[in-house]
Amino acid sequence: MTAPTTGAAGDVTTGAAAGARVEFRGLYRRFGDTVALDGLDLTVEPGELLALLGPSGCGKTTALRCVAGFEHPDEGAVLVDGRDITGVPANRRDAGMVFQSYSLFPNLNARDNVAFGLRVRKVAAAKRHARAQELLELVGLPSVGERYPHQLSGGQQQRVALARALALEPRVLLLDEPLSALDAKVRVTLREEIRRLQLSLGITTIFVTHDQEEALSIADRVAVLRAGRLEQVTDPATLYDRPATPFVAEFVGTMNHIPGTASGDRVTVLGRALPVDGPAVHGNVDVLVRPEAVILTPASDGTATVVASSFRGSTARLRVELADGSELLADVPGHDSVRLAPGVRVSVTLVDRPVLVSEPRVSAGA
Amino acid sequence: MSRPAGTASAPAPGRSRRRSRGWIATVPLLAFVAIVFGAPLVVLLGGTFVRQGQITGENLAESLQGAYLTALIGSVKLSATVAGLGTVIGTFLAQAIVASRLREAVLTASGVLANFGGVPLAFAWIATLGNSGVVTRVLGLGEHGWSLYNFWGLTLVYLYFSVPLMVLVITPALDGLRPQWREAALNNGASAWQFWRYVGVPVLTPSLLGGVVLLFGSAFAAYATAAAMVGTTVPLVTLQIANALTGNVLIGHENVALALSLDMIVVAGLVMAVYLPLQRRSARWLR
Repeated sequence: MTAPTTGAAGDVTTGAAAGARVEFRGLYRRFGDTVALDGLDLTVEPGELLALLGPSGCGKTTALRCVAGFEHPDEGAVLVDGRDITGVPANRRDAGMVFQSYSLFPNLNARDNVAFGLRVRKVAAAKRHARAQELLELVGLPSVGERYPHQLSGGQQQRVALARALALEPRVLLLDEPLSALDAKVRVTLREEIRRLQLSLGITTIFVTHDQEEALSIADRVAVLRAGRLEQVTDPATLYDRPATPFVAEFVGTMNHIPGTASGDRVTVLGRALPVDGPAVHGNVDVLVRPEAVILTPASDGTATVVASSFRGSTARLRVELADGSELLADVPGHDSVRLAPGVRVSVTLVDRPVLVSEPRVSAGA
Repeated sequence: MSRPAGTASAPAPGRSRRRSRGWIATVPLLAFVAIVFGAPLVVLLGGTFVRQGQITGENLAESLQGAYLTALIGSVKLSATVAGLGTVIGTFLAQAIVASRLREAVLTASGVLANFGGVPLAFAWIATLGNSGVVTRVLGLGEHGWSLYNFWGLTLVYLYFSVPLMVLVITPALDGLRPQWREAALNNGASAWQFWRYVGVPVLTPSLLGGVVLLFGSAFAAYATAAAMVGTTVPLVTLQIANALTGNVLIGHENVALALSLDMIVVAGLVMAVYLPLQRRSARWLR
């Protein structure tokens, strides 16, 4: 895909559209007894792709819709480049939006869908059609202009929706789970294309998703929301390796809960003392450990047993039963799955690095 | 497992037998249609061209002259007016209640009122807004020249069942308008008016056209309400058919009633001839 250098809509060109800074300032939104946003403070830098990640009902879509103008916060403000747009009507905001699915106008073909915003702005037919064709080429669909939405696949429909969202050359792009209705393969392809397009246009993008893999794979930063509050916002690698809270640790990736005993800044787990990542604690805790931080060594006198193995190509995920009957998950190189087959006794150790701890759960294990 | 080439498109014997049995299942329906619609049509066509035992086109010619033609035109005008007004009012009413708490109440009432017709309906209106009706007296409407027994009075009464009918027809179509379309239009800078102009109304058009035809047909075929209310004050083809059948006009002209019925079928056919291409055009995005 290549970005066009000239636009038919006016003096702004697609490639020249610079991203805006978007700020959420103390956003508070309640629906009946449910608090959707509970004082959300967040800044999205110009040209950045920020993923809003969280479970259903965490407020991520509400936050996005506050930027689009479809929701109005009870308190707080949304600022774009320092300008308060909280009271600006939705049809006068400089933000293009791609919805979850089925948002293309069914009575208009792909070209007219893309050109819709230009049509309501009374751009001449020839100009808007040329512009729509440019955008369809930009999203890799140069030959579907005459097709109606029901004649397009789900992936094609979302590409057309993306082209439509870019037609007015907005400085902010809002993506509300645009890939959730697509099959796995199309989802991966399209998210990579969205990222490539976002980088080439330099447009500030807010991407709402509940899929942590999706968020980690394309975002510059990921903001994890829980019950309308921001749990952590950071780059994907830090989010995965240094989750700020047990909730983030649990929500992003897979996490083992292994019983341990804390004493100040160190915790003893599986017979080894490791530094605690966080404030000093004392007593029984759960140590939070990623599967890839578990080291298994075949040993006839080992106290643990491999009970299941799931081969994943380059890696294999093993389920291991410890001496006390609890279980944990371990990721090992794929070729090791043969010597660590179910039934093999193993010794278990952990990678020597700071670990997160949390209140003990009732049942230990992964 | 791969299948030998050439077998994919060959119909399975079992499937072929099932298809033929499916046709058998439609026989009772086809027989019903043949008896209830086909037989009367044959009698109607035969009678139209027979007068006093002789084959002739006089019945048809007479049905298109004088008072009969006036009645035919009157029926078309009344039906078109009711269909137009009923569609507009019914659509606005449906849109007003589609997402409101009154929705279920209005839809239930519409289900009842859409089937409220005939003499009871006429009496209800006569008792309310007739020359001696309660409301007419209380508001003194008679002094202002009000009369229920004319074209517009009959239109008002026909709207009483046509508007609810339109509400029932158009509400599912309004339900089908996805909120995302409105939001996507707003996101692209459109006003509410522009959304309806470019998206809402075009998407609804096939249903609106269907509603217009339904309301037109319903008003065109109505008889009892008009007979009880206006007698011959408002010329309508259904009233003329009744008069001809009962020999109220000229003895020996009963078959003119059959010719008038044929005229009605032709009018209905013309309406369909206009409707179908419009419907096809408005729904081309569905194909």
